[in-house]
Amino acid sequence: MGEVIVVTSGKGGVGKTTTTANIGTGLAKLNKKVVLIDTDIGLRNLDVVMGLENRIVYNLVDVVEGSCKVKQAMIRDKRFDSLFLLPAAQTKDKTSVTPDQMKKLADELKQEFDYVIMDCPAGIEQGFKNAIAGAERAIVVTTPEVSAVRDADRIIGLLEANEIGKTQLIVNRLRPDMVKRGDMMSAEDVIDILAVELLGVVPDDESIVIATNNGEPLAGDSSLAGQAYMNICRRILGESVPFLNLEDKKGFFAAIANVFRR
Amino acid sequence: MKLTDIFKKKSSSQAAKDRLKLVLVSDRQSCNPEIMERIKNDILEVLSKYVEVDQAGLDIKFTQMDTEGADTDNKSVPALYANIPIRNMKHTIKE
Repeated sequence: MGEVIVVTSGKGGVGKTTTTANIGTGLAKLNKKVVLIDTDIGLRNLDVVMGLENRIVYNLVDVVEGSCKVKQAMIRDKRFDSLFLLPAAQTKDKTSVTPDQMKKLADELKQEFDYVIMDCPAGIEQGFKNAIAGAERAIVVTTPEVSAVRDADRIIGLLEANEIGKTQLIVNRLRPDMVKRGDMMSAEDVIDILAVELLGVVPDDESIVIATNNGEPLAGDSSLAGQAYMNICRRILGESVPFLNLEDKKGFFAAIANVFRR
Repeated sequence: MKLTDIFKKKSSSQAAKDRLKLVLVSDRQSCNPEIMERIKNDILEVLSKYVEVDQAGLDIKFTQMDTEGADTDNKSVPALYANIPIRNMKHTIKE
């Protein structure tokens, strides 16, 4: 029996979809059978991030309405045989699916897959309720900015109220150079404020943009972000993996030079 | 920013942390009025062992207060503000 995980954030644009794509890819690399579900009905995105946009025939709403079988709607990943995507509908809206229907679908899929991962839309309305309906575990994505952290706090409260068993945090787009000079909150600062378990820290990395341009998630490659995502996947599997050292290796004199540059 | 400012001003990340801590206190409280009600009832329960409280005039809320002291840098901190009018002191204390 597999596990249902929801990737959520409250605020939009913090990297939920990128995170979902990379966790899916990473877990597939670790030989797990994974299905990613894009629950952002009306604003589908996960398909382009995965590079699977040309293969869509059926979507989530078709499955829920019974217009097709789940197997017909799931798209196999280009690179990994054990990774599948269930795309969102682009022409409907969030009310075309109910939380009960989503729970039923999640329960059905976890019989066959090791991980069922829900990519949640921004906001706390119907789309959020649909995405968390069948989830046993939540991954909250935030960036080290006041707006994103505030929304993450609200989401954590709602996940708690909905009795989601386990909630963990990913701090995304961290810039170690800015943290070092005191102009960005560190992952520790964010954890201190939100009082939640840290699942991983992903640095702000150009290679993410390039990977998204190409529609090939980078989890597991040699980039810092790719390594960070792979570590996150190992932690999801229960391994204890030390956090990456994101410090730039410019050293002491560069730091002094920075002070005088102000 | 001048070099001398570094020693006076707190870092922007510290400012972000302080502002977030304040805003989350009121966010968490306004998202959950039930907790406020329970705090109020618990305070009343304890106090009414010793005094008669005027329940109509009761005012309890979360707010911000300026702290004094060298290390705190005169910043605002979240505080629980309670104004509890007392009608009378009890003669005997009930256990």
